[in-house]
Amino acid sequence: MIALAINGKSYNVDVESETPLLWVLRDTIGLTGTKYGCGIALCGACTVHIDGVATRSCQVPVGTVGSKSVTTIEALAENGKLHPVQKAWLDLDVPQCGYCQSGMIMAAVSLLKQKSKPTDADIDAAMTNICRCGTYQRIRAAIHAAADNA
Amino acid sequence: MTYMPGFNRRSFMVGATAAGAGFALGLSLPSESNAVYAADGSSEVNAWVVIRPDETVVIRIMRSEMGQGSLTGLAQLVAEELDCDWSRVTTEFPTPSENLARNRVWGESNTTGSRAIRESNEYVRKGGATARTMLIQAAANAWNVPASECGAANGVITHQPSGRSVSYGKVADAAAKLTPPPDVVLKSTKDWKIAGKPLRRLDTPDKLIGKTTYGIDVRLPGMLYAAISACPVFGGTLKSYEEAKVRGMPGVKHVARVGDDAVAVVADSWWHAKTALEAMPVVWDEGTNAKVSSAAIADFLKAGLDSDQAAVGNQAGDIQAALAGAANVVEALYAFPYRIHATMEPMNATALFTSDRCEVWAPTQNGEDSLRAAAQAAGLPLEKCDLHKTFVGGGFGRRGAPTDYVRRAVTVAKAIPGTPIKLLWSREEDTTHDSYHPISQCRMRAALDANNQLIGLHMRIAGQSILATVNPARMQNGKDPIAFQSLNPGGAEGAFGYNLPNLLIDYAMRNPHVPAGFWRGVNSNQNAFYLECFMDEVAHTVGDDPLAFRLKYLKPKHAAVLKAAAEKAGYAAPSPQGIYRGVAQVMANASYVAACAEISVDNGRVKVRRMIGATNCGHAVNPEQIARQVEGSFVYGLSSLLYGECTVRDGRIEQTNFDTWEVMRLGAMPKVETVVMPDGEFWGGVGEPTISVAAPAVLNAIFAATGKRIRTVPIKDIDLSAA
Repeated sequence: MIALAINGKSYNVDVESETPLLWVLRDTIGLTGTKYGCGIALCGACTVHIDGVATRSCQVPVGTVGSKSVTTIEALAENGKLHPVQKAWLDLDVPQCGYCQSGMIMAAVSLLKQKSKPTDADIDAAMTNICRCGTYQRIRAAIHAAADNA
Repeated sequence: MTYMPGFNRRSFMVGATAAGAGFALGLSLPSESNAVYAADGSSEVNAWVVIRPDETVVIRIMRSEMGQGSLTGLAQLVAEELDCDWSRVTTEFPTPSENLARNRVWGESNTTGSRAIRESNEYVRKGGATARTMLIQAAANAWNVPASECGAANGVITHQPSGRSVSYGKVADAAAKLTPPPDVVLKSTKDWKIAGKPLRRLDTPDKLIGKTTYGIDVRLPGMLYAAISACPVFGGTLKSYEEAKVRGMPGVKHVARVGDDAVAVVADSWWHAKTALEAMPVVWDEGTNAKVSSAAIADFLKAGLDSDQAAVGNQAGDIQAALAGAANVVEALYAFPYRIHATMEPMNATALFTSDRCEVWAPTQNGEDSLRAAAQAAGLPLEKCDLHKTFVGGGFGRRGAPTDYVRRAVTVAKAIPGTPIKLLWSREEDTTHDSYHPISQCRMRAALDANNQLIGLHMRIAGQSILATVNPARMQNGKDPIAFQSLNPGGAEGAFGYNLPNLLIDYAMRNPHVPAGFWRGVNSNQNAFYLECFMDEVAHTVGDDPLAFRLKYLKPKHAAVLKAAAEKAGYAAPSPQGIYRGVAQVMANASYVAACAEISVDNGRVKVRRMIGATNCGHAVNPEQIARQVEGSFVYGLSSLLYGECTVRDGRIEQTNFDTWEVMRLGAMPKVETVVMPDGEFWGGVGEPTISVAAPAVLNAIFAATGKRIRTVPIKDIDLSAA
């Protein structure tokens, strides 16, 4: 059994320690908001926070997580109140198919924790997740809006 | 028995007299006037509209939602005619079985070709107008007044003479029992209050909190997970596999042959299934295509450029005489590669097979086709099967005509009756078993007279037919009619824009073994690339400005969008230092679009700085969502221009994942500005057409910047500093 702290709750999961955190979240625990896109940490669809830092969960063996706290898209809003980044995404109606957006939002929240007023260059460097629908322009605008509203 | 978070799976109940005591779906309605009830007992005013006692308006939409926004746009059209309160609107997907059982009351489910709104706007508006008429009649009946004295707005019916009013929710039950009016008059678009407005998408809130259910998110009690591997060479078969080697691996439950060319491992988690699959020795019979390479395919196509056998798509005057008598002939060869769709959600479907039923959950662009595919794979009649559409994590044509992901999921489930199976392809499997954007080459020849007038054009395309691969029944005497998209004499599939006295556009079909499929924008992608880059070449040859040259020959609607894009870009004024412009136009998916690109070239690398897109889609149901489709189309087109190429080696696709198939990311995103200019004269699509003008506009700008004419894409390996 591996003990995990996810979204403020404790879990004990019976999986091999090398199992990627992504698949523990999705298949073992049922938190399907975190997505599989590539399995090699290139697309960012699986981005979660580990101790507040955006991390691509497909490359994190669950056995290495330890006592660190994991946050997924499902727990970003607190008590039904959207996180400022989610609110900005809502105001600008960012998603199209939406599949990449959990990862995008988690990456954006992490960026804003490190840089409260990111420049365009900061956003370019941090937001390397893939969106095939092409929502990039709205994502950039939403990150600026979230920074301005913070 | 189903557990589907965030997903409304409803089975409609038919009740002649008593709600809730009705019969399960599948029985035909005894008559039009018998009320139909949703599963929660709310009255169905008609097929399109359910109004709950709390005034929630449920609008049912048959087309799929994969990001293009037509779920919202179609709901706007229903709501407009219904005159309901938009803030109370929610949507649900009827299943294809429900649609078939009710004589296809919801119309088409096929969500491809940017056709959702342009081809269903009329019947969905009638659905809304019919429901409004019935609601008003129900109120008039209750008040014992003529319906003509009553009106409706914002979900409230008012009897004008007396001032009495009642909300839709209060009369919905009575309205549901009325006979629908035989005909309804639709509103004039100038009176639109909900349609035509830049409203937010209805599906956004769930997508921000991880609540939207895509195919990959379906979870059923007792469900097992499957990973699949198909022969890497198209046309090859599965020879053998060593099941014993993985039987004892963690979580492994079954190993199943899937058709004659694939094998799947079924386990208690997808990670276990995939891990075991990768560990299992598999032997393929790679068949006759095992040595085919990109070079061999290119040679095969090239021969078609000179073939005397070619299907004619568009013809005027006498092109051979025009070329023979020309003062100057401009000629160039172009080529366009295979490409993958790369939907962010890899192919998947979930199936539950029992001895007499098959149920499937799938992210499909075409529910009815997927249902038929499921029934066929299950070996069961259609009425014994059901298919539940989920939200779709990117379609781009991959989930339209091809139903391989559904058939394979059902095949695996059939091997394990009674157990729901979620089959998910790895990204690598998805990349190497796509239905690829067809490959082609083109020879362009232009005839100029002594006054540098363009008097003729011959466009010879040698390439792969999509229909020959995915739907041979639609071939016309061996000719693929859609090969000429955007080059046709007329019609919604795209009219050629230039008035030329001598014209020949012909197509020598060459079908390599790599399966071709519909890829967002389809054949307009290469056709616009060939035409609009070459027109630029001809303009420069005669020393004309590329925009002015085009406008001499373009038909009015084609010209109007091009002028609009150029104007928005400030084309009349010189571009800023180091910035270069290029333009392109096309008619595709029944709409007219144009682009003006602004780029710079630094250290041999192109930077796309600004893209202006102009769209005349006839009617703009939601201008904000159109702008998003234009932005997304530019990304899809630019990503392909920069990076998109699949190469073939030893009969298989060489690219496997985003490490070998790079895509555009946020840092490369240009500023996009959109001009939406509907002229009200037709209904056109918006999800695709702009893709095809992205590449030629940028390539023409690259020529302006460097003098280098690029005739093959992508440009990732082209060093522009050497120009």
